[in-house]
Amino acid sequence: MSQLAAPVLLLALVGLAGSFTSRSVQFQFRFALVMATIVIALYVFVGNSGVVSFGHVSFVAVGGFAAGLTTVPEALKLSLSPDLFPVIASAEVGNAMSLVIASAVGGVFAFLVGVPLMRLSGLAAGIATFAVLVITNNVLRNWEAIGPGARTLSLVPESTSFMQATVGVIAVAVLAFLYQRSRWGRVLRASSEDPFAAQGAGVNIYRQRLVAFTLSGALAGFAGGLFVHLLGSITTEQVYLDLAFLTLAMLVIGGVGSLWGAVVGALLVSGVNSLLLSAEDGIGLGFFDVNVPTGTRLVTLGAVMALIMLFRPSGITGGREIRLPGLG
Amino acid sequence: MTDVLQTIVDAIALGSVYALVAMGIGLVFGVMRLVNFAHGELITAGAYALVLTNHLPLVVGIAVCFATVIGLALTMEVAYRPLRTAPPTTMLVTTFAVSFLLQAVALLAFGARGKNVGVLSKLNEPVSIGDLRVRWVTLVSIAVGGMLLGATALILTRTDIGLQMRAAAMDFRTAQLLGVRSTTVIRFAFLLSGILAASATVMLVVSRPLVTPSYGFQLVIPALVGVVVGGMDRLGSATLGGFAIGFAAVVLGDVLPADGRVFLETALFLLVIVVLLVRPGGLFTRSRPAWERV
Repeated sequence: MSQLAAPVLLLALVGLAGSFTSRSVQFQFRFALVMATIVIALYVFVGNSGVVSFGHVSFVAVGGFAAGLTTVPEALKLSLSPDLFPVIASAEVGNAMSLVIASAVGGVFAFLVGVPLMRLSGLAAGIATFAVLVITNNVLRNWEAIGPGARTLSLVPESTSFMQATVGVIAVAVLAFLYQRSRWGRVLRASSEDPFAAQGAGVNIYRQRLVAFTLSGALAGFAGGLFVHLLGSITTEQVYLDLAFLTLAMLVIGGVGSLWGAVVGALLVSGVNSLLLSAEDGIGLGFFDVNVPTGTRLVTLGAVMALIMLFRPSGITGGREIRLPGLG
Repeated sequence: MTDVLQTIVDAIALGSVYALVAMGIGLVFGVMRLVNFAHGELITAGAYALVLTNHLPLVVGIAVCFATVIGLALTMEVAYRPLRTAPPTTMLVTTFAVSFLLQAVALLAFGARGKNVGVLSKLNEPVSIGDLRVRWVTLVSIAVGGMLLGATALILTRTDIGLQMRAAAMDFRTAQLLGVRSTTVIRFAFLLSGILAASATVMLVVSRPLVTPSYGFQLVIPALVGVVVGGMDRLGSATLGGFAIGFAAVVLGDVLPADGRVFLETALFLLVIVVLLVRPGGLFTRSRPAWERV
């Protein structure tokens, strides 16, 4: 339990600190918490199994669209996309229920994808999950019976308040920790350390990976729900390549092997990004004004990420959990 | 019949461009076990070099293009040195971050709107062979692509450094113990991959003259998928994989009904998944690999 305390405390602190700031800054804080949710979901699979997945953003995408489509009024949905399946068009539920649906859709989708794909390892697995990301995006963009297609799904209730973002991310962190401490989590970790020994000891690697993939898909779907309720809108481009690589980079920067790494990586990169964003608008630093030209944010962010990974290949935390003293 | 032939010619042309890109990626992967996402930015840099030298004689433009791309490739080799001992996931994501960084630099320097390259546009004129109408650039792509692939194969099989590279690709540690200098071999792999990227650039800008910051990135993704589908462990199978994905993209685009064409990517990547499931070690390799650790 002492290993869970640090990530949860850090997330709670960020939530608390953010709620005292101005409105525009507040949004940055909530955004960081939602990004941390996505990265923790990704960590549940990648961190425990040692297999890279580019595909998790597709679970974020289906979760986001599911939560969005179930909370927007029917008339609006049909005006965006007249061909919508009646069951999707007529569905209208509350905020909490939409998050449950998002998790369920993410989990079921991950399970269905995982059944064939979890047989693969190494780069083949990475490219196969990448193929899932491309296919999901392509279908969501062009099949207007299941969503708004290439149009923006807007007017989604902006219900991801500080409370919802903080409670949501902490709940996901606790679930991730419980899984990693469970028998299944430990077995999967063992199999990524030494697949031959694990198989020799009777571990069914395929089944263990499938469990992790499904759980992390459900959590990613939930994160997608938080995401759409934070922005109030969603497009297929927002949940595609850029987000996939950004979240993977956050995980690697923090340290792939630990929950603490996932949390630190997500919050650090989000923090740097927010700082650069406000620097582009000009911020006063006491004696002088910093005002960087627009466009330098992406350059700086890319450079910071590349440098951290080049010089800390195992991530900032080294992939280790942190133990708070005095908690046994 | 003519339609089929036309499709096949187009498919071979796109396939040979992807094969060049795939070979560049495969060369570096072979000696370093590193998937270089930023390979696409070599092509982008070369294309912008051609944009900037538009008003100069063509020979100068092409020389500048080659110099830029090779210079960037050798810089990457130096930058990637700390990665040699890094975990595979870190390697993958770091080269992606480098690609992201270079795209951001291009965005800052040249803006999001495309820049036009005017060179070699004469090659876009069609030539009729019987009933077939083929653009010159298609023929040139196939010829140059074939020559470069052949030349690389010759270097790898007939020269000392080629032998060392193949040894390093097979077993890096043992090759080192036998006196192969790791830095020399890796640098040479980046050099060759830069030359291939620059050649691919010159041919690409003819048919796709609009250069944007994500110009090369859009190319490297399918090529990389092809490399893995073909089989990363051998250069030949990786190159064939790149060729196959370009070929399959054109053929699928032709086979799909008109209203299903928007789902081309879905069809292509479903095919990728099926191939990976049936032949996880690669379509063009003989053996199945053991469990890997990535």
